[in-house]
Amino acid sequence: MMNNDTLIPKIGVVTDIRIDTPDVKTFRVVSPDGGKVFEHMPGQCAMISVPGVGEGMFSITSSPTNSEFMEFSIKKCGCLTNWLHSMEVGQQVTVRGPYGNHFPVETELKGKNLLFIAGGIGLAPLRSVINYVRDKRENYGDIQIVYGSRSMDDLVDYKEIIEEWTKCERTEVNLTIDREQEGWDGHVGFVPNYVKELQPSTDKTVLVCGPPIMIKFTLAGLKEIGFTETQVYTTMELRMKCGVGKCGRCNIGDKYVCKDGPVFRFDQLDELPDEY
Amino acid sequence: MQETMIKRAKELLADGTVSRVIGWKKGEFAYDTTPAVFETAEELDRDFAFDDFTAANVSKYLVKESRKEGKILAFLKPCDTYSFNQLIKEHRVIRENVYIIGIPGGPKLDAEKIKAKGITGILGIKNENYTLKIETLYGTETMPFYEAICGKCESCKSKKHVIYDELIGEDGDILDSNRFDTVEKLENMTAQERFDFWREQLSKCIRCNACRNVCPACTCEKCVFDNPKSGIENKAASDSFEENLFHIIRAFHVAGRCTDCGECSRVCPQNIPLHLLNRKFIKDINELYGEYQAGADTVSRSPITDYTPDDCEPSVVHERGVE
Amino acid sequence: MLKISVNKLDELFAAIAEKQTLYIPVDREVGIAEYKKWEKGMEMSKALNTVRSAKDFFFPQTENLVDFRKEGKNIEVIDIREESEDFVIFGVRACDARSFTILDKVFLVEPVDSYYKNRRDHGTVVTMACTRPAETCFCGVFGIDATEPEGDAVCYNDGENIFFKAHSEKGQKFIDSISSLLEEGDTSKLDEVQAKTREILKKLPLANLSTDSFGGDKLMENFNSDKWGELSQSCIGCGTCTFVCPTCQCYDIRDFDTGHGIKRFRCWDSCMYSEFTRMAHGNNRNSQLERFRQRFMHKLVYFPSNNNGEFGCVGCGRCLSKCPISMNIVKVMKALEVK
Repeated sequence: MMNNDTLIPKIGVVTDIRIDTPDVKTFRVVSPDGGKVFEHMPGQCAMISVPGVGEGMFSITSSPTNSEFMEFSIKKCGCLTNWLHSMEVGQQVTVRGPYGNHFPVETELKGKNLLFIAGGIGLAPLRSVINYVRDKRENYGDIQIVYGSRSMDDLVDYKEIIEEWTKCERTEVNLTIDREQEGWDGHVGFVPNYVKELQPSTDKTVLVCGPPIMIKFTLAGLKEIGFTETQVYTTMELRMKCGVGKCGRCNIGDKYVCKDGPVFRFDQLDELPDEY
Repeated sequence: MQETMIKRAKELLADGTVSRVIGWKKGEFAYDTTPAVFETAEELDRDFAFDDFTAANVSKYLVKESRKEGKILAFLKPCDTYSFNQLIKEHRVIRENVYIIGIPGGPKLDAEKIKAKGITGILGIKNENYTLKIETLYGTETMPFYEAICGKCESCKSKKHVIYDELIGEDGDILDSNRFDTVEKLENMTAQERFDFWREQLSKCIRCNACRNVCPACTCEKCVFDNPKSGIENKAASDSFEENLFHIIRAFHVAGRCTDCGECSRVCPQNIPLHLLNRKFIKDINELYGEYQAGADTVSRSPITDYTPDDCEPSVVHERGVE
Repeated sequence: MLKISVNKLDELFAAIAEKQTLYIPVDREVGIAEYKKWEKGMEMSKALNTVRSAKDFFFPQTENLVDFRKEGKNIEVIDIREESEDFVIFGVRACDARSFTILDKVFLVEPVDSYYKNRRDHGTVVTMACTRPAETCFCGVFGIDATEPEGDAVCYNDGENIFFKAHSEKGQKFIDSISSLLEEGDTSKLDEVQAKTREILKKLPLANLSTDSFGGDKLMENFNSDKWGELSQSCIGCGTCTFVCPTCQCYDIRDFDTGHGIKRFRCWDSCMYSEFTRMAHGNNRNSQLERFRQRFMHKLVYFPSNNNGEFGCVGCGRCLSKCPISMNIVKVMKALEVK
């Protein structure tokens, strides 16, 4: 018979569904025989589909160091994601991937002090890196995580952040929410402003992900502090169908986000048209 | 004619009556003009074209253009004025923002018909007393003008402009056209023959949407066929009957609004006679509700969306269906 | 060179069709040539080219990728792929032949598209040298010689005889399979015909179209050109150019619920369409200007950037003939040209 084709998906079983926020759930997916459907690197994505409903690209939220399962934190915002949110444990979905490049955790990021900046569901791709780095803690310098959301209820992975991340060695976690809220005694304000207030030292390598407008202002703020674009990584999202640079729609200039991305360094994006 | 039009357009630009002009722009060859908006006298002098090949109906562009700042001059052929009127009736164009100059209509020519004669390597086309003299890389060819005319001009319904601010040249009359002849032929077929005819024609469809996108009656902000929420959004057939449905649904949707401008068939890359679907509706409307020409005016109610006690009973469909 | 008389074409087709499925260009109606499966009595079209390109053979407008069966919470993935039959496409022009090598660069690079490869492996491309190029032809601009097409095997027609030459193993096998009908022939008349065609190619109105302003290294200047607004202003956003283009290969993947299972199919898509890049939370190419620019940037800049300078156009001229408003890559190249 013919070789495997990346367009023919594998089956994944949803074994756990965690309600993170009013519109974000985290789904745990394993292969029907147990174990992971495939291996990946932090920042890579997978195509998840419910046949007859749709197929979409999602970043893999879990760390590759997790040998048992993959997780996907998915925000409800369209036809497919609505369906996924209505699923129950035990439901099968189809999964294909992994797609795209990944954060250079074993090369450029190794030994560096790392600053993670995320807004809302933008934490999803960074969580994979954060947990990877935590599991190989000796390979990296200091970690600082700045994470913000609209409200307390919209902070994804709050439990893991408080119970695990804040307790990790040489790790500083700075949380913020957009507006004052009862029961919140932490920082209030938008992520870009918070980053400026925190004045992180410029020896850090930055990984940023969130809504486009947040990324834009965060980058501007980082530059003010003295960071250069070669120090800042982000991950992009555009409409995708194939995942392998052939269907022709997720390009920014001559680069395909599904294949050449989704991880880009800002100096690389600078050389591309502003069409994202 | 082209010179007169350019001269008048420049005057209207100069005296501030309009700030833009929509017409046609010269192409690479003798036959490939493109609808275009001109803003200066220099652009008009350099690129403006009006010739035997300016068949494109520019009315639909006015949906967008009339919503922009300033007034636009539109050169409309008689058939194009029907489309424009219909767009006024449907509140799709802003009449006050368009200055209309009625210009003579066709017959316009269709380069594909020249090429279908095996004439290729076309370098120039001249109309000498209704004989086309065609310079080609392989020598000079001739063919009768009337064998190259656009499908939509073959059964011209009117030389009369139904709306204009001024005219260049004389106005003509509504014609007693033969435009329902082919429809009649189809009506006289058996149901199976007719089905086979349309299956054959519509099987050529490549679903490029040119017919829909060029159609002045297709101005929905979001076409049902582009809307993922409709459940029928598709770019290609998922089964062999789907294209057929696309065209039939479209014909239903423009029924009573289609002015028979013929653009759908003109732009079809596969030469599907799509206008015949629309003409069948027009003929039926004429027969069932009395003569009605969409776009003839801006106020009358379309029989399809109007009720009168004399309207035919819905059962007419069933009765007519009996062979 | 081996040849067969043009009067014996029927015999030739019958001999080919006996062993493999044969497709030839035929006139469906006046002015509409298309590839059809050869059957006895069918005559080859005299048209320069088919309205639709030959890409359908390897990348059809729609094709089934995979089936699913759903039962309760379970999903079954059904691999519906089957080995393609062997087939011959006869009479492919030089432009379309080159389009296959361009499509190969998309579909045969890792991860290989098994659907495309399956057909490519089983198809034999027999090309036909051009003798009457049209004014819309500009294949030469992209380094294609219309008198010496690529392909597994190539045919040359001198008006009386058709001569054969193999370019690949598959092509040689094809010629061997019909060798009983072929005989050695004198090519002096063919040489004349070829020389005459070459003269015409030099005189084509678009022969001197320049590609100097394009290529992967000229990305930003072309993207930021102020000409796009004017060029795209009358584009009606249909997919005609895309669908008649031999190199356009963008596709969509969709599901179709048949009532007793889900069929996942792939179909041609067009970057000219308004929802090509639309996501649940926005669209990065909202205007027709951006969509129009994407199509030409892809062919003239992005594709060469990723493929050692090779352009994504073969100069077949189909979009020149078929665009409803006569806007096309030639007009774009001329407008963007830096003199």
